[in-house]
Amino acid sequence: MYLTKEEEQILNGEAGETLRQAIGILVTLGDIYGADRLIPIKSAQIAGVSYKTIGDAGLEWISDLQGRVKVPAILNPAGMDLEDWERLRISPDFAEKQKLIVQAYEKLGIRCECTCTPYALEGFDVGYGDHLAWSESSAVSYANSVLGARTNREGGPSALSAALLGKTANYGFHLDENRVPEISIDVEYPLERSDYGALGYVAGKLAGKRVPVFHLRSTPDADELKALGAAMAASGAVALYHVEGITPEIRKRNFEDPAEKVAIEKKELDEIYESLRTARKEPELITIGCPHCTAAELETAAKLLKGKTVSKEFWIFTSRELAKRYPAYIRTIEESGAKVVCDTCMVVSPATNRFSCVMVNSGKALAYVPGMCGAEAVYGSMEACVEEAVGGTAKKEGGSH
Amino acid sequence: MGLQRRKVVPIKLKGRIISRGCAKGEVLLSRDPISFLGSVDPKTGVVIEENHILKGKSIQGKVLVFPHGKGSTVGSYVMYQLKKNGTAPIAIINLETEPIVAVGAIISEIPLVDKLERDPYEVLNNGDLVLVNGNKGYIELIKPETGKTENRYD
Repeated sequence: MYLTKEEEQILNGEAGETLRQAIGILVTLGDIYGADRLIPIKSAQIAGVSYKTIGDAGLEWISDLQGRVKVPAILNPAGMDLEDWERLRISPDFAEKQKLIVQAYEKLGIRCECTCTPYALEGFDVGYGDHLAWSESSAVSYANSVLGARTNREGGPSALSAALLGKTANYGFHLDENRVPEISIDVEYPLERSDYGALGYVAGKLAGKRVPVFHLRSTPDADELKALGAAMAASGAVALYHVEGITPEIRKRNFEDPAEKVAIEKKELDEIYESLRTARKEPELITIGCPHCTAAELETAAKLLKGKTVSKEFWIFTSRELAKRYPAYIRTIEESGAKVVCDTCMVVSPATNRFSCVMVNSGKALAYVPGMCGAEAVYGSMEACVEEAVGGTAKKEGGSH
Repeated sequence: MGLQRRKVVPIKLKGRIISRGCAKGEVLLSRDPISFLGSVDPKTGVVIEENHILKGKSIQGKVLVFPHGKGSTVGSYVMYQLKKNGTAPIAIINLETEPIVAVGAIISEIPLVDKLERDPYEVLNNGDLVLVNGNKGYIELIKPETGKTENRYD
């Protein structure tokens, strides 16, 4: 791997211990994956924030680092709402450790908002072809696929190293040749809203870590693409996908349709919605906002909940910046008894672990809640989630289609 | 390779540098991959994973030889915790390192060399005294564990 003179000096420790370690990580990963050089990045998004996932081991490492990040850098969701952690009954011990982790990142100049949707925030705008070092799998998928930017799925230490150096190793999804579709997925019926999360849940298992190209009969909006990509990154390891006629890269580059073609049948999606009827228990907790709700999703939730009162725990996750930008939606949602929670999510917060059945409108949460929270997960549209929370007739309706 | 069949030490094998540093210790071989998260107790360095070939054994201070890592990316941080607790291996040799163990070794300053020019499972035995040089990218067998030297180089 070619290094500039300045990079060689950093590797030899002339810029201090933290940067020596940081460039050591990037160069080693670059060697493992065959990178030719380091390239500048526009921003970094760093995973490894929740005390539930990284524990004392991660806290110790981050606390020992010195220095300042060179590009805008932001954190993945933490294990709790950093301003109001008591509301979801987080233990004081957990809260103390979680605060120490966030403070340790803050000391390095990282913006301590914790979100899986950095692209929705001021200062994290992403353009076509920009190189990034992002960690969170759904944000990686959104940046690569919906925005046409270029990032590998970085681990916590490698994203942090990239932020400290302002560079990453040039391999994987930074290169044209690795962004070509490898499996063609045909969906012969129209889809709407939560159907995309269900489709992603099924498609991720088929695609594994390959790049799929979708041929759809309907036109997904940005939030529907967010749900599709998040689910595929969780049930599989998809970091980039294309949608014929929709996503930017396939509109600019002439990809050949891959030889391997599959079709996903409507009944495969229906089975996902069936989970609500076939669950062993009724949902005790309803959650939406995985990935974090956008402005449009908060608006929809507010409209659905307006004038209603929930009879079950109902948590809606979003980024703190959007919660502050749209106080009217938040007020309407919370007047129903539902809780708007920032900085965290149902998957990485220990708050979810005390429930035995959780309803979600996210294919990603459906994939992760059982393993990460020890709870059964059931699936429904946002409308069905609201009906379940207010004690309506969601069970008879099933899904939105 | 041109190695002759003779019980002559030291024997030196070139490999790829993953994590810098230089350390000497006794070999502990594992044919099974290792997930540091969940498989190793960071307080004691003892392998706790059921059915693992090293179950019940301590990796503390050893030159740990295993094919590659597996499991959660949090494993990198657990390696760092082992190091801070004084229970980490002193050096690592892999067949082919993957990113979790590579990152863990670098942040923990555990010398690591992989892709040796010969299969380490054919050359090394448990208890051999081995030097891992992560600065220059080689390992050196300094002293074989006595009584196990027959046919060492076959």
